[in-house]
Parts: sequence; structure tokens; C-alpha cells
Amino acid sequence: MSVQWDEAEAREIVRRHEGREGRLLPILHDVQASFGCIPDPAIPFLAQAMNVTRAEVHGVVSFYHDFRDRPAGRHVLKICRAEACQAMEGEGLARRLLDRLGLEWGGTTPDGRVTVEPVYCLGLCASAPAAMLDGEPMARLDDGSIGEIVSEVSR
Amino acid sequence: MMMRFFVPRDAAARAVGADKVAAALHDEARRRGIEIQIVRTGSRGLFWLEPMVEVETPDGRIAFGPAKPGDAPGLLTAGASHPLYLGRPEDIPFLKRQTRLTFARCGIVDPLSLADWRAHGGGRGLERARSLGAAATLQEVAKSGLRGRGGAGFPTGIKWKTVADTVADRKYVVCNADEGDSGTFADRMLLEGDPFALIEGMAIAGLAVGAAKGFVYIRSEYPDAVRTFERAVSLAEADGLLGAAAGFDIEVRVGAGAYVCGEETALLESIEGKRGQVRAKPPLPAHKGLFGRPTVVNNVVTLATVPWILAEGAEAYSVLGMGRSRGTMPIQLAGNVRHGGLFETAFGVTLGELVDGIGGGTRSGRPVRAVQVGGPLGAYFPRALFDTAFDYEAFAARDGLIGHGGIVVFDETVDMMRQAGFAMEFCAIESCGKCTPCRIGSTRGVETLDRIRRGERVAANLELIEDLCQTMKFGSLCALGGFTPYPVMSALRHFPEDFVRRARAVAAG
Repeated sequence: MSVQWDEAEAREIVRRHEGREGRLLPILHDVQASFGCIPDPAIPFLAQAMNVTRAEVHGVVSFYHDFRDRPAGRHVLKICRAEACQAMEGEGLARRLLDRLGLEWGGTTPDGRVTVEPVYCLGLCASAPAAMLDGEPMARLDDGSIGEIVSEVSR
Repeated sequence: MMMRFFVPRDAAARAVGADKVAAALHDEARRRGIEIQIVRTGSRGLFWLEPMVEVETPDGRIAFGPAKPGDAPGLLTAGASHPLYLGRPEDIPFLKRQTRLTFARCGIVDPLSLADWRAHGGGRGLERARSLGAAATLQEVAKSGLRGRGGAGFPTGIKWKTVADTVADRKYVVCNADEGDSGTFADRMLLEGDPFALIEGMAIAGLAVGAAKGFVYIRSEYPDAVRTFERAVSLAEADGLLGAAAGFDIEVRVGAGAYVCGEETALLESIEGKRGQVRAKPPLPAHKGLFGRPTVVNNVVTLATVPWILAEGAEAYSVLGMGRSRGTMPIQLAGNVRHGGLFETAFGVTLGELVDGIGGGTRSGRPVRAVQVGGPLGAYFPRALFDTAFDYEAFAARDGLIGHGGIVVFDETVDMMRQAGFAMEFCAIESCGKCTPCRIGSTRGVETLDRIRRGERVAANLELIEDLCQTMKFGSLCALGGFTPYPVMSALRHFPEDFVRRARAVAAG
């Protein structure tokens, strides 16, 4: 994903949401979809475009877990750490997977292949432990799944 | 004759290979030159049997599961002798024992077919509301006894009446689909399995309170639900169910990973494009909600239940249940449970019956030690409290809550001090930061529990935890800080041995 700031593209995103009530979150989602993160120049740009202070935009960006200040790896693996997955020993499984990839929570492999993030519930709680790879749900994970996930993100 | 197959498209079915099963069925049929149709439905909610494939027969649908892609050749000609044969889904005890009102269509219809929806009773509630008019519709909802299924259990009829009676230039209906509680998935199943039920419920709410615009705030952790529901809204607009002619519009908003946005005022702030910080009440959202206008904020299940109430009458709903908990509740069995899934039933069934009888105990096969009811802010109950009836007041009387209806089962390997620590940690991660008891208290709670774990001044620190929980409970602005004491204190009260034993073991070296 590109991280190159492109003001014309950002202007086009803002234009798309013209007239919507409370449009900052939808705009930020689109900015992140285009640039892979919320790049630094986006803050003053959006502040000006929406006639609010930079502090207000920064406050919103930094409040929500989803918004990144730098792009993630090519693959994003979100592993559930909430209670239903804990009850199915999801923590141990997550640890073994992180070790296999040589990562800590929130980390990205040096080659930029994959970022592993915690998530608190994917709504797959009757089929725990669960995870989501690039937006695709995975459940009833076991040690066999670790190998599958590792080979999937190696592509 | 063309054979019809039904394979769920629900995220929990896709997560265990439903797409691959559907593709394998398709390929195998083509290879053999058999003409088949595969309908992608929502899930019936029997998740240990997913992917559950159903085949249409002259005697109704017959289910097979859990299916793997390799089962496709067999499934094309399968009968009662097939090893995955389950018979008629309605006869599977887990489904047979349910009273499915809100979830009547889920898992049966194609969620994006308006024709299917209408053929299964969709639209009748809105039609009746239109013929009754706003005042009588409000009365019907009030008479049904329906209470908010998001967790707070506030009477829906009173909330709607307050919004209806407040004069304003415009009003809103906001659907809270920020289902962040671990152990819950009822909202997700409805959004993916019967989205038109929610659209119909919101249109009825709009009619009843005089609102022309609705927002549905769906959490970003539910990409499948966002996709399906957005598509359903477009279809409803093209159909005239939504839009200018219908006098009601719906806009979908996607969250950004903040648990606290499930709190209604934080959710309103988030839709307005702000940090998801909780507002002090009063004013109530019903008086001054979204953009300062009177706003109905209801959970997905609450709104999706309204069409049934209007179609069948308040009386038919209110005869079910117990005490002040009327109607049905979609209970979600999750975690370490053998038969995990969605169980919609009238209020009143006991916790033990749900966990041991319907859930079949743990998936690991070890004894059940604790269950957490009502999400991360709900209490942990030991077996000794398994006679508690599933009812708002019965749980409150035992210092617990039913919340959004999730039950997470743990076996005997659970470490309750660790669960108490996690509750504080989760609160610290997700606190919006507006009030001190929640923002600071949760962090101090994590530190104090760590000290107990290390065996430092155990008795004094346990006392400190109790004191801290009192402060959080009574001093926090919303349920995040206010209810975090439930899992912490229940773990302490019902499982003291986990705190003292661990601490003693540490002290003994």
C-alpha cells in the first residue's frame, strides 16, 4: 500500500462526503483505505477542509484503535484476546503463533509481510479461538492452523 | 428437477470453511452435469455443526454437518445413511427447544432477497404500524413489555414515547450495532442473516417517534455484517421500503475499534465525528441526542424484534417470559462450551439448564467451573448460582447482569485472579478517559491485582481492591468503569481460593 501523501486524492475523498452529517470518521476510514494509514499531512489538511482545529482531528485519530500512523504489513492478522477465546486457550495459541513469526503484539515482521494485532472480540465466540486475516474470519483455531496462517502470510 | 442447497454465509460459518464447501458443491455438480442452486443463507446458530448444509426435499429441508469440502460428492446424493446426516433442522433438540421470534427467518432465508423476506412474513409489522398510526404503535410497543436488549434493559416503549413527545425540527433513530461484548454475536447474526428485519424495525421506530432518518453504527470488527447490511439498505431503497416515498432513510456508519462506543452517548459522539467520549446524563439522548436532537438509541435485537410485536400483537409477545422480563431473549452460548450458538427462548430458563442442558457442558470435557454472563462487564457465576433464572431482576439480585445475553463458559483450568486482572486491564485499554474512577481506577486495579499475584500484603491489597471497586461503581460516568467491578468482585467473592492460594504459594516461595 502506498504511503505517499497525495493531496488531490485526499481532496477527492473529502468531496465524496460533502454534505454528510458528522463526516470525519467515514473520511478517516477512506483516507486509511487509500494511504494505508493516516499520514501526518492528513491532519492539517483535514482540519482546514473541515474548518476545525488540528488538535480536534488529531484527537479523533488518536482515540480510535483502528487508525494507524504508519502502514501495516502486507497482511494484517487480528487475533482475538477476549474472554470467549481465553476460555479456549486462545492466549497460548496466540503466543505460539507470535513466537513462530518472531513478533510481539502490534509488531510487523522486518520484511513487512505481516502485522499481528490484538482484537477484543470478532463475534465468533461459539467457535473460539478466532482470528481475522485480511478481513477474512477464521475460527476453531488449533496448532494446525498456525502452520496454515504462517504459510498464508508468506505469500 | 433442480436441487436446492442452502449453505450459510454467516461469518462464523465462513470462518470454518462454508465458502469452500459451497464452491466444492458447485464444482462437483458441474462435473457430474447436475443442475443445482446454492442459496447462501444466514446461520441457524448451531455453530458446532457449521458449516451446516441443508438440502431441499419434498419433506422439507434436511441438514448435514459439519461439512468439509471433501464431503461435496457425498452430499449431492446424501440420504439418512450419510454420516453427517442431522435430519430436519427444526427437529435438532437445540433448535426444537427454542422460541424463535426475532430470529424466525435467520438461517432460513436468503438475507438479501426481499421476496424471501416477504414470503416469510417480512413487512407485516410495518404495514400494521402504518394502519395503526404513531400513537397506537407506541402503545403496542409499550404493552409488549419489550426492554432494551443491548444490556441496560430500559423499557423500549417509554424511551420511544419520550422521543415522540419531545418537540424538535428533526429527530433520529440510531441503531447500536457496536456489539463489543465477548460471548455475543446476536447482532452480527441478524445483520448478516436477516437485515431487512432491522430495517423494518427502524422504519417502525421512525414512524412512531416522528423521525425520518436513521443511523446504524456497526463495529469495524464485523466486515461481513457491514457488507451485507449496506447491500440490504441499497436493495430496500430500490424497492421503496426506504427512501423518500417511505419517509425514512438509513445511513450505515462503521466504528473504528473503540469498545466504549457501544455506550450510547459515546456512540452518538462517534457518529458526530468526534472522539467516542461518554456524555454526562442528563440530558438523555431521548431529549438531546444526535446533533442535539431527540434520538431513539436501540440495540439491533430490540429494533429487529419490533416488527414481530407489531405483526403478531403485543399480547402474543408479553405472555412469554417471567416477572418484568417479557418476551424472548436470544441467549448466546460461547467459549468453552460443547454446543455453542444462539438460543432464543422466553425469559425464565435457569443458568444451569442453559450451560449444562442446552450447551452440553464444556467442549474440553472438563467440569464447568465458572461462567461469565453479560460480556466483559458481567459477573462470573460459580456452579452454586446455576439455579439463577435468566431474567434481568434475578441476575441483578445476585450481583450480576444478563447484559446482551452472552454466556462464556470456562472449565476448571480457569485462573479467576487472572480473569479479574483482565477485567481491569480491558477497562484500562478501552476507557474513554473522561472520568477519573474509570481512567485511573482501572490502571490502579491492574497494579493492585499484580501485587496480590506477587504475594505482597495480600489482605490489605484485597481490601484496597474492594474499596477501589466501590469508587468505580458509584463514581464512573458510564457502565464501562461502573460495571468493571462486577467481574472483579464476583471473581473475588465466589472464587477467593484463586486469590489467596496463589498469593500463599508465592509467599511460601
